[in-house]
Amino acid sequence: MPPLLQLQSISKRFGPIQALDGASFELDQGEIHALLGENGAGKSTLMRIAYGLEQPDAGAVVIEQVPRRLRNPTAARRLGIGMVHQHFTSIPAFTVAENIALAAGWDPARARLAERVEALAARCGLPLDPQARAGDLSAGLKQRLEILKALAGEARILLLDEPSAVLTPSETREVLALLRQLRDRGVATVLITHKLDEALAVANRITVLRHGRVVFTGTTEGLSAGTLARYMLGEDPPPRPARPRPVPGETVVESRDLAVRRLGPAGSGLRRATLTVAAGEVVGVAAVEGNGQRELLRAVAGLATPSGGHLVCRGTVAFIPEDRSHEGLIGDFTLTENAVLAQGRPAPWLRGTWVDWSLARRRTAALISDFKIQAAGPEAPARTLSGGNQQRLVIALALERNPQILVAENPARGLDLKATAEVLGRLREGAARGLAVLVYASDLDELLEVSDRVVVLANGVLESLPPGADRELIGKTMLAGGAALSP
Amino acid sequence: MNVLARLGLPLAAVGIGILVLVAGLAASGYDAFDALGAMGRGAFGSADAVLSGLLPRSVPLILIGLGLGLAFSAGALNIGAEGQFYTGAIAAAWVGGRVVGLPAPVAIPAALGAALAAGALWAGVAVILRRRFGVLEVITTLLLNFVAEALVSWMVQGPMQEARHIYPQSDPVAPSARLPLVPGTRLHLGFGFALVLALLGWVVRNRTLWGLRLRAVGTNPRAAAVAGRVRPARFFAQALVLSGAMAGLSGGVELTGVSYALYQNLSPGYGFSGIAVALLARLDPLATVATGLLFAALEAGAAGMQREAGVPAVAAFVVEAVVILVVLLADVARRRAAPAAAGV
Repeated sequence: MPPLLQLQSISKRFGPIQALDGASFELDQGEIHALLGENGAGKSTLMRIAYGLEQPDAGAVVIEQVPRRLRNPTAARRLGIGMVHQHFTSIPAFTVAENIALAAGWDPARARLAERVEALAARCGLPLDPQARAGDLSAGLKQRLEILKALAGEARILLLDEPSAVLTPSETREVLALLRQLRDRGVATVLITHKLDEALAVANRITVLRHGRVVFTGTTEGLSAGTLARYMLGEDPPPRPARPRPVPGETVVESRDLAVRRLGPAGSGLRRATLTVAAGEVVGVAAVEGNGQRELLRAVAGLATPSGGHLVCRGTVAFIPEDRSHEGLIGDFTLTENAVLAQGRPAPWLRGTWVDWSLARRRTAALISDFKIQAAGPEAPARTLSGGNQQRLVIALALERNPQILVAENPARGLDLKATAEVLGRLREGAARGLAVLVYASDLDELLEVSDRVVVLANGVLESLPPGADRELIGKTMLAGGAALSP
Repeated sequence: MNVLARLGLPLAAVGIGILVLVAGLAASGYDAFDALGAMGRGAFGSADAVLSGLLPRSVPLILIGLGLGLAFSAGALNIGAEGQFYTGAIAAAWVGGRVVGLPAPVAIPAALGAALAAGALWAGVAVILRRRFGVLEVITTLLLNFVAEALVSWMVQGPMQEARHIYPQSDPVAPSARLPLVPGTRLHLGFGFALVLALLGWVVRNRTLWGLRLRAVGTNPRAAAVAGRVRPARFFAQALVLSGAMAGLSGGVELTGVSYALYQNLSPGYGFSGIAVALLARLDPLATVATGLLFAALEAGAAGMQREAGVPAVAAFVVEAVVILVVLLADVARRRAAPAAAGV
């Protein structure tokens, strides 16, 4: 049987970065094909080309043996290709049916809309109430809605970009089961992921990209996670950070029944959190997006005002925000300017209000070399740094303030395996030197790796877990809250 | 290289502006080169043209441009310098008329201090409206211009009208409240103020923590709050009030240095030209002196052009507008180019 989708020798360059360099990819009918790679390996770019969101510099897109030029996603959809993006793209205030109509270009006013949506759900084997408001759906059901949106029309090719990024382990399993079910109904799926176990669990075939080139394509049988990791990295995976047993020091963060009104347009806010963090320990916060973690972390960092309860922080608090390019740094400022801004007062380069820029430059240069930040120099604009180097800089600036408390919001978001290991290692090192660390990570594996102790936020209520809680129990608590903990 | 690149754009913008003017003049039947010559003579034709025309004219432009550069650096879009100029002028006229008998070292600071405070207060209204009711300062400062102009109109026909109640203007300020002149010219001490304040502004902007934080707030208020732990609203308010103070001061300087009395249409749109002066200087205080002089030359030149070649003086505004459009378009183009290189 001829392949359904062929991407032939695709090259794509963004400014100085060669995102894809002659990459080829094939998708057969009725298969799940995992596309693996580190962040920046080019996997999303390749699929954006297949979906008409980007145009290749060279190479061809062939669908069912016919070469095509996909000028935009509408063209791709017409040819039976649907894509599920990494983040939910539904409108919370709209119903399921309205969201699907919006994505598929159906008339939302038609009386037959609900019927049509139900038929779609039945065809795909993904039941979903057409009248439910998208904002009320659980994360797993939202993902289901995203898939239905992608499959509306007559899509037979589904491109799925990192579906587990915002899901708990059990929700991820649910989605993977859905993919198998869709495969049985004749939908071919490309699963973009950097998680080896997901790829091994569900894919028939695996393709690995590294630096824009395909380094491996083959059937899943006989593959091990170790082999795949070596393909992805081009070397052995980095060792896990050594973890000396923490010597719990005195308690430096203490909250009782802390409540904080929600900061974003959605989410529960923080409703009740009783928590302590001691010097020298790393406390991890596990939560599905929008369950109060942002409010908890920002309250401890002094960036959000509690609406109830008590909060005491003894010492300087340094904060690593999730969105480093918009909150952690000012992209148009030089590294030195960012350092002076982040350090504030007191600082070695300040004489009263006067800034001694040459001293600030020298100190920044020292920081750059200490933290192995790849930058043109202290006078380079921060936006010219890669994501990993920006995060190194944000962490360096946070630690430079000699804090007693470090609050880190998803510090390894979007980083590759090596940079992730390094960032988590920095947090462990800080704890070993007596820093109290409070960290949230959307990736449960990362969180378990770095934390001495995990607490869970579900619907804004903080639950402490018994020692030695495994990821199953954590995942259940993330969804069900305290109910999962009662025997 | 860097300096050339920074100078290149404004110069190119002015060049394009003058080309547009020439084209417009030629199309409407004027002798374009004759008119341009008249413009050059109007601005630079004699020592008197420079000392009594161009330089005094640059003073309000520079002072307002400095203040607006500060406000724009913090992201505060103050479009109300015209109104703040007028409230400053009212305050200076009022105080300047009542310091008869006081020596100049007391009278001048009193008049200018009142002007500064009045301008700050006028901008402060916009700050309060923004803080308490969330009304954008772009709108409030703009509307307050009309209020200030109406206030001047009422003052010169009512409470502050000159003693004989004939002309719609105030009595001239006391001689001791007038700024000293360079003998034989109309160049007043205000030009010195403008230079000193430009230097001071440059130092504050580039050499102090406050200046860095101010720029951070204007560049990215979220990062300034999170990474820099500053309260953006506070810097925003400070910058807006300071820019109002500068515009008020410029009104006071114009009154005590040039007109000596308050009347309507005291400003030929200094508050709006000041926006262009600040933007063309890319908010840099030292460059503001240069762009202020440039715009003063354009306007003085346009007056010459009107006298000699019969071209309406508003032609200068065409050049100013084209200059602003070119600078803004270049900014947009640069912004479009930047993310394309960084994004993957």
